[in-house]
Amino acid sequence: MLRIPCPHCGTRDEVEFHYGGDASVRRPAADADTAAYAAYVYERTNPRGWHLEWWFHAAGCRQWLEVRRHTVSHAIDTVNGKP
Amino acid sequence: MTEKTAQDVTPSAAPAFKSTGRYSALRLLREALSGHRNWTRAWRKAEPRSEYEVVIIGGGGHGLATAYYLANHFGITNVAVIEKGPIGLGNVGRNTTIIRSTYYTPENIRFYDFSLKLWEGLEQELNFNAMVSQRGCVYTYHTDGQRDAMTCRANDMRLVGADCVELDRAALKSLIPAIALDNGRFPIMGAFMQPRGGTVRHDAVAWGYARGASEAGVDIIEHCEVTGVRQQGGRVTGVETTRGFIGAGTVCLAVAGHSSHVAAMAGIRLPIESHALQAFVSEAIKPFLDVVLMFGAGHYYVSQSDKGGMVFGGNIDRHNTYAQRGTQWVAQEVAAEGVALLPALANLRILRQWGGVMDMTMDGSPIISRLPVDGLVMNGGWCYGGFKAIPAGGYTTAHLIAHGESHPLTTHMDLARFAEGRTVDEPGTGPFPWAH
Ligand SMILES: Cc1cc2nc3c(=O)[nH]c(=O)nc-3n(C[C@H](O)[C@H](O)[C@H](O)COP(=O)(O)OP(=O)(O)OC[C@H]3O[C@@H](n4cnc5c(N)ncnc54)[C@H](O)[C@@H]3O)c2cc1C
Ligand SMILES: [Zn+2]
Repeated sequence: MLRIPCPHCGTRDEVEFHYGGDASVRRPAADADTAAYAAYVYERTNPRGWHLEWWFHAAGCRQWLEVRRHTVSHAIDTVNGKP
Repeated sequence: MTEKTAQDVTPSAAPAFKSTGRYSALRLLREALSGHRNWTRAWRKAEPRSEYEVVIIGGGGHGLATAYYLANHFGITNVAVIEKGPIGLGNVGRNTTIIRSTYYTPENIRFYDFSLKLWEGLEQELNFNAMVSQRGCVYTYHTDGQRDAMTCRANDMRLVGADCVELDRAALKSLIPAIALDNGRFPIMGAFMQPRGGTVRHDAVAWGYARGASEAGVDIIEHCEVTGVRQQGGRVTGVETTRGFIGAGTVCLAVAGHSSHVAAMAGIRLPIESHALQAFVSEAIKPFLDVVLMFGAGHYYVSQSDKGGMVFGGNIDRHNTYAQRGTQWVAQEVAAEGVALLPALANLRILRQWGGVMDMTMDGSPIISRLPVDGLVMNGGWCYGGFKAIPAGGYTTAHLIAHGESHPLTTHMDLARFAEGRTVDEPGTGPFPWAH
């Protein structure tokens, strides 16, 4: 079970949150080619290590948080860029 | 520096290996007479040679099956399977062992039904008891809409020659007396069943393919982790491993949950995220359930093992992970679903729980494909359904390696489908790998 330190509500159980996936994904420029858009929609770095990801605090402050979490140890080191 | 001679790189005489010979009832009797002291190892523990025609990364079900079919059906025996730990301890040894071809898209039904046909003849093919048990897979439905969707699926299955029958409430109750037809929240309206579906002894699948591959000359190299993929001029030349460089004409990724990690070694990004799926086993009880049962109002499946334990699982943990464990709320959710379907399960204690890391693709369908580096192919993206696919996955991947092009049953599983806008949206959820 993850314990996610919400900057607004304090440390809460994972069950209060909804996972939103890779937060490092950036939408390409409007005139980018289809290959860039295909990569944006489908491809992920999926690192075995630190991962920047979205968590929505659904049962709390209802804010989207940008969490950096390790995908092997599950340690969380920053939320919204702060330790 | 002088060039190494062939003698330097060939390991000193390989340890003597006696073929296991054929397994049979007569053999069992004969070995019993000598107190079972003369059985030999089922496969040869090989040391890496400096070069192979084909190197397969990953000694799971798909890697071993690919090696088996390459050596026994496609005439390519200069093959190594390279596994970072012992073979069979990845997902092939961690899954809930359900086999079926109850898919939605016709191309997937055809592929998975081919796999079922290979399962049906597997024990004769491998001369190995994999305990293939076609006890039937039963899916409950709880709403009119769900019945219509399942009817559509059943018809699609029948159209391509797979089997699927509808069960009304009375038939369901007589098949599974313990089922709670009128549970308060999700009353059951009926069910569909694939009689040819069932379970298989998962470890035996790894062992059987390993034995068949090894007997045909394949080197199975354990405790050897691939750490890099070497290329020259856009062509793969081999793999860096914890036991040195191993040259290869073709390199095949069959690393399941680690597909992205290993593909990145060749500079390739995949449409995959790694997620954990858990499995649970209860204490052993007398015969209670003799089919595989799936709960249509949630995501839950259960069967009873031959030892008597109830084996069950549910949804993935829903956040990226490479850790082979599971989160607790999913365990609670899975247990609650089980009790809604079979209330008597509430009396049982869970004995064991574990997790496996799976490569969830963006459309929920697997990838058997050439990769954008010449000589590099992959078998992966199995999501949580790749056990049932092992015979067909191995066979069609061997075909891809031997012929350089996809087997007709897997042309829809190529990697280019994502960029070219022809994804196989099996779950119908769009590009969210954790949503199904
Ligand atoms: C809990 C659970 C339940 C499941 N239930 C079912 C089910 O009921 N029915 C079904 O059809 N499917 C099921 N699945 C899915 C199925 O188990 C997998 O899709 C399938 O086993 C994956 O293919 P594999 O057997 O080749 O993988 P694996 O056995 O995981 O093989 C991959 C191998 O690659 C090795 N490897 C990884 N990286 C490297 C490296 N760098 N160098 C060398 N080796 C490496 C790993 O150690 C591993 O042994 C389930 C999965 C899980 C986790
Ligand atoms: Zn909050």
